This record gives sequence, structure tokens and C-alpha cells, in this order.
Amino acid sequence: MIETVGSTADGDLIINIGPQHPATHGVLHLVVTLHGETIKKVEPHLGYIHRSIEKMCESLTYRQYIYVTSRMDYLSSHINNHACSLIVEKGLQIEVPPRAQVIRVLMDELTRIASHELWWGAMAMDLGAFTPFFHAFREREVINDIMEETCGARLTMNYLLPGGVLDDIHPNFQRKVKDFIKLFKSKIDEYDEMVTGNIIFQSRMKDVGYISAADAISFGCSGPTLRGSGVSCDVRKIYPYEIYDKLDFEEVLESGGDSFARYMVRIREMKQSIRIIEQLIDNIPEGEFQAKTKAVLKLPKGEFYQRVETARGEFGIYIVSEGGTTPYRIKFRSPGFSNLSALDHMARGGKIGDLVAMMGTLDLVIPDIDR
Amino acid sequence: MWSFSEIANMIHTWLNDTFSPTLVTIIEMVIMGVLVISLFAVLGLILVIMERKVSAWMQIRLGPNRVGPKGIFQSAADTLKLLMKEAMTPNGADKFLFNFAPYLAIIVAMLLMAPIVFAKDFTMWDLNIGVLYVSAVSSLSVISILMAGWASNNKYSLLGAMRSGAQIVSYELSAGLAILTVVVLTGTLNLNEIILSQQNGWWIFKGHIPIIISFLIFIIAVTAETNRAPFDLAEAESELTAGFHTEYSGMKFALFFLAEYVNVFIVCAIGATLFLGGWMPFHIGNWEGFNHIMDYIPSSLWFFGKTFFLIFLIMWFRWTFPRLRIDQLLNLEWKYLLPISMVNLLIVTAMAILGWHF
Amino acid sequence: MFLVNYIKEIFGALKSLMVGMRRTLFYFTNHKQIITEQYPDNRATLKLADRFKGEVVMPHDENNEHRCTGCTACELACPNGTIKVVTKFDITPEGKKKKAIDKLVYHLELCTMCNLCITACPSDAIVMAQTFEHSVFDRNQLTKVLNKEGSKIMEGIE
Repeated sequence: MIETVGSTADGDLIINIGPQHPATHGVLHLVVTLHGETIKKVEPHLGYIHRSIEKMCESLTYRQYIYVTSRMDYLSSHINNHACSLIVEKGLQIEVPPRAQVIRVLMDELTRIASHELWWGAMAMDLGAFTPFFHAFREREVINDIMEETCGARLTMNYLLPGGVLDDIHPNFQRKVKDFIKLFKSKIDEYDEMVTGNIIFQSRMKDVGYISAADAISFGCSGPTLRGSGVSCDVRKIYPYEIYDKLDFEEVLESGGDSFARYMVRIREMKQSIRIIEQLIDNIPEGEFQAKTKAVLKLPKGEFYQRVETARGEFGIYIVSEGGTTPYRIKFRSPGFSNLSALDHMARGGKIGDLVAMMGTLDLVIPDIDR
Repeated sequence: MWSFSEIANMIHTWLNDTFSPTLVTIIEMVIMGVLVISLFAVLGLILVIMERKVSAWMQIRLGPNRVGPKGIFQSAADTLKLLMKEAMTPNGADKFLFNFAPYLAIIVAMLLMAPIVFAKDFTMWDLNIGVLYVSAVSSLSVISILMAGWASNNKYSLLGAMRSGAQIVSYELSAGLAILTVVVLTGTLNLNEIILSQQNGWWIFKGHIPIIISFLIFIIAVTAETNRAPFDLAEAESELTAGFHTEYSGMKFALFFLAEYVNVFIVCAIGATLFLGGWMPFHIGNWEGFNHIMDYIPSSLWFFGKTFFLIFLIMWFRWTFPRLRIDQLLNLEWKYLLPISMVNLLIVTAMAILGWHF
Repeated sequence: MFLVNYIKEIFGALKSLMVGMRRTLFYFTNHKQIITEQYPDNRATLKLADRFKGEVVMPHDENNEHRCTGCTACELACPNGTIKVVTKFDITPEGKKKKAIDKLVYHLELCTMCNLCITACPSDAIVMAQTFEHSVFDRNQLTKVLNKEGSKIMEGIE
């Protein structure tokens, strides 16, 4: 148990950032030991939004548990749902129709863009620039509208079923996505004008929060956090699922290892996602959007693991099945949890302002960390 | 044509005719106080609504539009809300200092009003060391922030106050040096005379590049001095929640808020006076007709127009840039602004001696 | 050389700041770009997507008849226990006992709008409505009975 109030014997200040704090984007509690403005130690405290989703899933059937996982990483809820569907399909060897696969991937990438948009705005806000937040939401809102039209909800879409998607795409879907691509391409330069090229922003991000490739791997980082250190780790490339192996996109890598590298990874990832969408949007194959599945799904006895690439990194599901209608044991490997563990390592020696910038580039979603 | 100065003279003469000289002084002081306080209130309301509208339009929003036509009474409604809220004093706070700090902030802002020339021959105190007075008194504002931060018994407040201390003390240097360039050229510390020296052109036009540089430095430095973004490290919302006024609520918070805005107004007024000619209309060389039309615009309008333009500039900074980090903030001052303004002052001095200006 | 770099650095910095300021000035002056929707005022024109999942409702026809057989498929499909089907036995004109719903209780406060009950329903008795203004002062008001008072099942639905 560490002290959360007062100061240490060396005259260092112990300061609680969170659980209610503008920079933590949720109920994260960081106990920071400060020497003046310089950070000596960061100790994250979790549990403020723990809902025991894993335990809850053990009492839900394989159709029902998908919807609970939307509430973990709510910004990439579709991708979480995707992993849940994939593991059931893997266990039952359900063949997903090609149309459903393409729709799923399209939705994944739209979700990824929406998530990165929010991250971009929120991070600029952490650094004190309020205007980019609203500009990011303008584009994000278009994605949300597309989602609303096809899936029926804006954030927790609940669009997936084992074996396909809930409903066929809306007739307007293709047109609207194309409009969005046009809009996004015309606005992405503004992002560079407002934030990326800004000298203040660059000096805030460069050489801040450095983490080496070896350290990042040993902390279990994944996603843009690890790719910012130059380690190839994109699940879509290494363990391709659905149709990702047939798609032409590049894995974004930056060698810097600092906050700016992580920032650039996400900005470039948005462009890659647009590239994937452009490849698919005109080539949605005709056919069924749902495979025929049994009324009651029972995973065979055994252990299953499935990983996907969410906007934050590698999301994994591990299921132990006893052959019943519900999982015997379920474990989620959430990207945010491992990424957060690297925060202490990054932040030591930095300033408080750096800590905020680092938390921004780690793109923490607290319900994802706590589950 | 009536003007502020004529009205003031009229009242002065009438009072002198009616009452004894001692009474006149007292009455005039009371009138002055009332005027300053009402100017404070009006300025606070206008600047808050202006900031909200500016920010909203830059952020592709509509901004306040419910209270009154186009939402112009929004800030009045907000003030009413703040007035009715409980002004809490936290346990463990130094009660006296905690309650005194906001008043000190507002007193400093009020004192700074004294030498400002609002219109032709219209000033509260025609002080012959006006510039010196302004730079001296404005440095007092750091005391109120330090007081608030220390007395709150909150670590966020303390950190914010310490940041602000370091920041204001260092940025005062380059702000002072930037002001000095104009003083060197005019050879006077009296704000009225500085304005009169710009009869044939504002300093920003006739001072060549060195004055433009010192104008830029002045704007950057005063943005930092008034704790406005991108230098709002004393508040630093995403880092220190609200910095030195974390523990303040209700009207005590509003006083800090008001003091900040009035300080912005004052530094912009000083900037307008020194570099943009104060109430002096815009004249172009020998264009008699044009100059004549410009003279018809009341001098007070010129002054407020210039001041609000500078205020807009500062707001524009705030809603565009991210915040600096504390060490970068001090780097900017000590590595860039201070050396540049020192060299600049040297050049301006040479200019003044050799007469290289209009 | 140092001085040249120093000055270059300053001008580069100023330029990057200017670029951002130009962008915000553009939005400051172009009010057509404003995207604010004035929500309570635009209620009349506000149209939600057809598939929007707002709340579960049970459509009734003009004879106050619904399509629910009381099979409890929705209750079983629900991950949160949102739906409770209370059944009763109707006496048909032929004198036979027939299972029918007494009440279909729906807890809006528990619902996650996952659409599972809709897909599970064999007779399409329940659908998602496009309402979204669900706030009430008392949470008891969120517990709703979906079938109307005195309604009965449509002819021919088994």
C-alpha cells in the first residue's frame, strides 16, 4: 500500500491525479511522486470502474456475451465484438459469408478512424488546444451517422452475431462512406496545420515519453504504442483474420519511440484505414450477410484464443469451454492495461505536462483497463 | 462635438461652482470610483461574452445564443449565478490570505486603470511616470496568485502558483524591455505624451522593423503575464485541474476571473497606447481629406477599437495553440525573447540617437 | 552559422504558428461551417435512422391486437433480464385452454439495445422504436408493460 497523501521524507510531493481529473479521461487514479515539477514515480490505481465483465460473461451464452464487451473499450466496441464473434466461429467452424466479412472489416476500419479522431481531439485538448477537439468531432460525427444508419446505434453498435452481421448494410451506406472519404481527405491536412506542424506541439511531444523497443515489448505494449517504438506488431498483418490478408495496406511503423512517434503512427493509421475502406467499398460481394447457425451455440470442450487489432492494440479473448452453452472461464487481454503499465517507465524524469501528453499518446480508455 | 473630456470638464466646473474645493475633490473621487467599478463590470461582461463567441466560432460552434438576443446577456446570467453560489473556504486553508487574494487581484487591476488614457484629454491620473507605474503595479498581481495558491492548502494550487510566479517574473523582463523601446524613442514616460508623439504616425509604422519586433515581443510577453493560453500554466486545466484557483468558488472565483480579463484589457490598452497610437486617429501622410474623415471618428472609439483588436489577437492565440511546458516557457523567455529584446533595444537606441525614424 | 540557424528556427516557428492561426481565422469568419444542431428546437425536423435502436415496443393494430404468443424466446435471449413475460391461459371459444401473455414487462433501464430479443422473436411481435428521449424523474417509470390494456393476440399467430 503506498501513501496517497502528504509528502515523502525527502520533501517530494505526492499528488493524486484522478480519479476525477480532466486529463485521465475517466476514473483512472495516478499517484504521482513529484520533485518540484519533475516526476519521480507514477503509480496507477485501478478499480474505479471495475464491473467484472469477465465473470459476467461466464453466465451469458455465446450470443449474449458479445454485447457486454462493447462496454469495455467503448471507442472500438465493434472491434471487440468482432473478436468475440471470431472466437465462436473458430470454435464451431462456422463459415462466414464473404459479404459479411467485408462488412465487418469496413466497420472495423470506420471504428478505428472514429476512435483515432476522438483520440486526436482529446489529446490536443490535454495539451491545452481546445479547438482541434471540435474539429475532430465534426468528422467523427459523420462516421457515427453512418453507423447509426446501418447498425442502429452510434457508439455501442451491437452489429455482430456469430456467423455474420445483424442486418444488411443500409442502401445509403456506400454513398455515405464515399462522401466521408472525400470529407476526411479534405480535412486531414487541417489536422497537420492545427496540431502536427505546430512548433509548440512538436516541442511538447518530441523526446518526451521515450520507450525503447525492448522495454515496450517487455511491458507488453501493443498497437500504436509498440509500433511507435518500431516493432512490427499489427495483428492484421501477423495473424490475419477475416480478409485482412487479401488487402493492400501497410503497417505503420515509426522508430522514434517518443510521444511524437506514437502520435504519427495514429495519424498515419487513419490514412491506412481510409485506404482499406477505399479498396472494399466498391467491392462488397453479393450474397448472404449471415451464416445459418444453430439456435443454441455450444463451443466444444477445449481452450480457444482469438486476437484482433483494436484502435489501441492487441485485444485477445481466451475462452475455456466445458462444452456448455456458456464459457467456463473467459479472459480478456485488453491493450490499455498493458500500455498503461509502461507509463511509469516513460514518465520518470519528465514534467507533469509530459505526463499528460504521454497519457494522451497511450490513448487510454479506462473501462478497457478495468473491465 | 461632445467628447469625454468636455463632459468631464463640464462636471468639474459645475462642481467647483457649487461646492467647496475639498468637497469637490471628495465627490470627484467617489464619481471616479463608481466609474471604475462600473467599467470593471461592463468590461468583464463584454470580454467574457466576446471570448465565448470567439472561441465558439473558431470551434465551428454557435456559442451562447439563448439569453437575450444572440446570447449577449449570457455573461450577465453567469455572473448572477456566481453571485448566488456559496463562496467556500476549505478546511486547513489560511482563512485570511485565502479570502484576501481575490481582492488583491482585483485591486491591482483597478490600480492599473489609473494612468490609462481612454480618450483625448481623458485620463484619471495624468502621471508623468505612467509607463513605470504600469510595469511596477502589474508585477503585484503575482502576489495575489501566489497568495491564493499558498493559502488554498492544495497541491495543485501550490504548483500553479509557483509556476505563475516563475512565469510572471521572467516575462516581465521582456515586456519591460519592449515598452522601453518606445520610451527610448519618445523620451518620456508619460502615456499622454507618448500618444502625442504619434501625431504624425503610430510607432508601429514609423519605428521600422525594431518596433514591430518589440510589438511582437510585447504581445507574447503580456499574454504570458496575464496567464492566458498558450501560457496558462498557472491554470493548466488538463494538468492542474484549475491551478491556483482550484479551491475558489462563487464570487471569489469570479473576482479572479474578472481580474484576468481586466488585466488583459489593461495590457492591450497599454499596447495600443504605446504602439498603435492610443486614441490617435489613423493618418496617412498628406491625404488631407482622408485624415479629416479619420478625425471625425471620436478618439474614444479609436482607443477602444485598437484595444479590442489586440484583445482579439490574444483570444485568437488562446483558441489556436496548445500550451507550453514550464521549462519550455522559461526557455522561450530566457533564450529567445530576452536576448532578442535586448539587441532590439540596442538597435532602437541607436536609431533614436541617429534619428533614423520619422 | 549559429546565428543563421537561430533566426531560421524563429522564423520556422512563427510560420508554423501562423498556419494554425490562419485556419482558426478561416473558421472564425466562415459561419457556414458551423455544425451545431440546436437540438430541442429542431425536434420537428429531427429524423432518426430507421434502424435506430431506441426502445423495444410491441406494435398493436387498430383492433388492439398484437402478435405475441408468449413463447418467452425474447426473455431467454436477453443478456440482462430486461424482459419478463408473464403468461396466463385464455379460454378459446372452443373451450380449449390457450397460452397467452398477461403482461410483457420491459425494463428500459436495464436494456442495452442489443437487438437480440427482436432477432429471437419468431412472430415479429416486438420491434425497436426510434425514440430516444427517455429521461424521467422516477426510475419506476422506465419499467413498462409492452402489451396494451385489454389487447389480445392476432388471429392465426401460433
